[in-house]
Amino acid sequence: MTVAVRRRGGLPEAVPSTPAPMLEVVDMHVRFDAVHAVRGVSFSVTQGESFGIVGESGSGKSTVLRAVAGLNSGWSGAIRIAGDAVGPRRERGFYKRVQMVFQDPYGSLHPRHTVDRVLAEPLAIHGLGDAEARIERVLRDVGLGPAFRFRYPHQLSGGQRQRVAVARALILEPSLLLLDEPTSALDVSVQAEILNLLTRLRAEHGLTFVLVTHNLAVVAHMCERLAVMNQGRIVEELTVEQLRAAEPREPYTRQLLRASLGYDREAARNLETFD
Amino acid sequence: MTGAQPLLTVEDLRVEYQTRKGLVRAVRGVTFTVGREKVGIVGESGSGKSQTGRAILRLIPPTGRLTAKRLGFEEVDLLAADERTMRDVRGQRIAMVLQDPKFSLNPVMTVGKQIAEAYRAHAELDAGAARKRALDMLAAVRMREPERVYDSYPHELSGGMGQRAMIAMMLGTDPDLLIADEPTSALDVTVQMQVLAILDDLVTGRGMGLIFISHDLNLVASFCDRVLVMYAGRIVEELRASELGQAKHPYTQGLLAALPRVDQPTRELAVMRRDPAWAMEPVG
Amino acid sequence: MTAPAATSTLGWRAWLLAAEPHSRAQARLGQAYLGWLAFRRNKLALVGLGIILALLAVAALAPVIAGHSPFAQELADRLKPPDAGHWFGTDELGRDIFARIVWGARITLTIVALVVVMVAPVGLVVGTVAGYFGGWFDVVLMRVTDIFLAFPRLILALAFVAALGPGIENAVIAIALTAWPPYARIARAETLTIRGADFIAAARMTGASPARVVFGHVIPLCTSSVIVRITLDMAGIILTAAGLGFLGLGAQPPSPEWGAMISSGRKFLLDQWWVATIPGIAICVVSLGFNLLGDGLRDVLDPKQQ
Repeated sequence: MTVAVRRRGGLPEAVPSTPAPMLEVVDMHVRFDAVHAVRGVSFSVTQGESFGIVGESGSGKSTVLRAVAGLNSGWSGAIRIAGDAVGPRRERGFYKRVQMVFQDPYGSLHPRHTVDRVLAEPLAIHGLGDAEARIERVLRDVGLGPAFRFRYPHQLSGGQRQRVAVARALILEPSLLLLDEPTSALDVSVQAEILNLLTRLRAEHGLTFVLVTHNLAVVAHMCERLAVMNQGRIVEELTVEQLRAAEPREPYTRQLLRASLGYDREAARNLETFD
Repeated sequence: MTGAQPLLTVEDLRVEYQTRKGLVRAVRGVTFTVGREKVGIVGESGSGKSQTGRAILRLIPPTGRLTAKRLGFEEVDLLAADERTMRDVRGQRIAMVLQDPKFSLNPVMTVGKQIAEAYRAHAELDAGAARKRALDMLAAVRMREPERVYDSYPHELSGGMGQRAMIAMMLGTDPDLLIADEPTSALDVTVQMQVLAILDDLVTGRGMGLIFISHDLNLVASFCDRVLVMYAGRIVEELRASELGQAKHPYTQGLLAALPRVDQPTRELAVMRRDPAWAMEPVG
Repeated sequence: MTAPAATSTLGWRAWLLAAEPHSRAQARLGQAYLGWLAFRRNKLALVGLGIILALLAVAALAPVIAGHSPFAQELADRLKPPDAGHWFGTDELGRDIFARIVWGARITLTIVALVVVMVAPVGLVVGTVAGYFGGWFDVVLMRVTDIFLAFPRLILALAFVAALGPGIENAVIAIALTAWPPYARIARAETLTIRGADFIAAARMTGASPARVVFGHVIPLCTSSVIVRITLDMAGIILTAAGLGFLGLGAQPPSPEWGAMISSGRKFLLDQWWVATIPGIAICVVSLGFNLLGDGLRDVLDPKQQ
C-alpha cells in the first residue's frame, strides 16, 4: 500500500505495480472551533470495493465522508483519489469521479426544481453533450422511466426521491460513490428496493462504495469491509465475515453488535460507556 | 400477561380527515385491548399507527373525525368524557411520549422546572415536594447527575437524556398506561437499549400498561409481549412477539423478508409486492 | 393530485394537473395553476387582486375613463360637490377630482413599480450573498444594511428630497434607499436556513460555482418571501409617497398625485369634504388591496407555511 504518486507538471508519474486504491485517507483530523470531531482516521478502499463506516451519532463518521466529498474544508491529513492527492478546494473534474447520495431524500432535492432540471444541471456545468439521451438513460437505470422526468419533488414518494438522488449522483458517471445513510429515512420495504438498486448499479457500473450508516445490518448486507468509529477514531476495522461470525475484537464493536440485534434485558444492564 | 380486566379497550376505532382531495381515512376500524403488558404497534409510514395512539387520548386535529364502537379506559368512557375528564386522564392516568424530545420540551425553561410543573398541575404538590419528586424521577430514569439535569435547558441534553427526561415527566404522576410513539427512533442503539430497559422495568415493576408504536419490527418483537401489525389504517395481523417467525399475513412476512440481517447474508433483499386486497376491509 | 370528476369536460385542466407532465412548460404551468387554486381559496386575497387589477386597468385606460382633463381649470365651477357632471366634485381650481384620481393612479403605479425594481434585486442579492458566504462578507454587508435601517424612512426621504429638490423621482429614490434593508435581512435569514440544507451540498457536489448556487438554488427560494413582504409593505410605500406629496416634497402641482391632492384639500376639509376625502379613500383602498394580495400570496408562496 505504499503508493506515493507525485504530480509533476500535472501528470501522474508512472503508476507502481499495485494499482492505487480508489480512496485513501491518511491521518485525517477535523476540527470545528473547539470540537475535535475526527482524530486521526486512516483507511483505504480498493477499486470496486464497498466499504462501510459504522458508528453512533457524534462518532465523526459523516464528518469523514463530507471531508472526502469536499463539503468540509477544515481538515488536515491526506485524501487521495486513485492516487491523486486532493486539497481542501476541489476542481471541477473531481466531481466527475466522486459523487454522493445524502441521507434525507426530502432535504436533498431542491423543492422548486423538476427532476429534469436536477439531472440537466450537472451536465451543463461539465459541458457534457447529449443531455436528452443521458437523462433518459439514467432515469431508466434507477428504475424510474421517462414519466418522472418533469415532476417536482413533492410529486414523488420518499423512495422515488432517493432514486432521483441516485440518478443525480450517477449522471456524471463517477467511479466512487459516497453514501451517507442513504436509507435511514425510508420505510423498510423501500429501503430494500434502494439497497437492491445500489447493489445492481455497483455491479453494472463497477462502482466503488463508501457507505456511512448507524445500521450494522445494512453494512453487513452492502459491504465487504467496515470500520467502526467512536469519538472521532476508528476503533476497529473488520471484514463482514468477522462481523457475521460475531467475533469482533473490540468490546465497543461487540456491544454495538449486541444492541443492534434487538432488545435484551441482560445486555441492557451490562452496557458500558466507551470514551 | 393479559389480566382478566384489560386496561384499555378499543373497538372499531376510526379516524377520518376531510381534505381538499377528498376523505382520508387514516384509521379504519381498529380493535384491540391492552392489559398490564407491552403491546407493540408496527407499521410503515402512513399505516395509521401514530393516529391510533393519538386517538386514544383524543389528540387529533380539529379537522379530524374520531368514531368508535367503544373506547374505554378502565371505568372511563373516553368517547363520552368531557374535556375536563380528558385533561385529568391525559398525563395523570395515560401518558404519552413522542419521538423527538426537542419538540415536546419547552426550550426556554429548565428541564427540572418543566417536570416539577407537570407534577404540580396533576398531583397538586407544593413547589418543594414537586422538586423532590422530579429529582427522584430523574434518578429513576438513570440520569447520572439528577441535580445537573434538573437545572439544564433542553438543548443542553443529548437526545437520549432528553428522552429520559420526557419519560421522567410522564411517569411522575404514576400513569396506568403509557403510549410511546417511536420513543427511541432518534436515538443510538445503545441508548435505545437503556431507554427500553427503563420502560421494561416500569411495566414489570409497577404493572403499567405500555403501547409501543414503532416502524422497527425486529425491535418490537424483541421488546414487546404482543405485536399488532398495521397496514393502510387497519390491523392486518396480531400475534405474540415470540411467534413473529410464524407470521401468516403476507404483509408481515414481506416486512420481515425486506429487512437486511447481520446473521443471514442474502444477495438480494425481498421486495414487497403490495396486494390491494390487504387494504380492503373484511366483508361483513 | 386527484382532480374532481369535471376534468373530463375540461381538457386543459387535466393537462395542467397531470401527475406526469411531458415538458418543462407543462410542469411549470401546472405548478402555477396549483398555486392559483390555493390562492383562489382565500376570498379576501381575490378582493385584493381585484383592486390591484382595477388599479392597473384604470391607469392604462386613464384617457378613456377620465372624461375631463386633470389639469383643466374652470374657476366658475370651483369646489362643486359631487354630481352627474363631476362624479367626485371639483377642487379649489375647478378641476374634476374624478379625472385627477384616475390620472393619479398612474403616478401611484409608477412609484410602486420603480420602488420594486430598485429594492427587490438589491435586497435579495445583498441578503443572499451575505448569508451564503458568511464571514467578512456577512459582517460588512449587514453593517451597511444596519446603517440604512437606522434612518427613519420619512426623515431620510425628507433630507434627501431637501438636498436634491422636490419631485416624484427623488421621492422614489429616497423611499427605495430606506426600503431595501428589511428585504436584505429577510433574504439573509432565509439563506441561513437554506445554506445548510442537503440540496445545497448536493448542488456543490455537482461542481456548481458559488455564483450558480446563489442565483440558481438560493435566490429562487428567497424570492417568494421577499415578494410577499414587498406586497405587504406596498401600502407603507404608497403612504410614504403620499406623505411626501402632502408635505409638498413629492409630486409637484399641478400633478394629480393623491397625497398632494389631500394636502391641497385640507384647507376645505370642513366645508368641502370631498376634496381631501376622495383621494384619501383612493389611497386607503389601494393600500388595502396590496395588503390583502400580500396575505394571499403568502399562503401560496411562503415555504414555511406549506
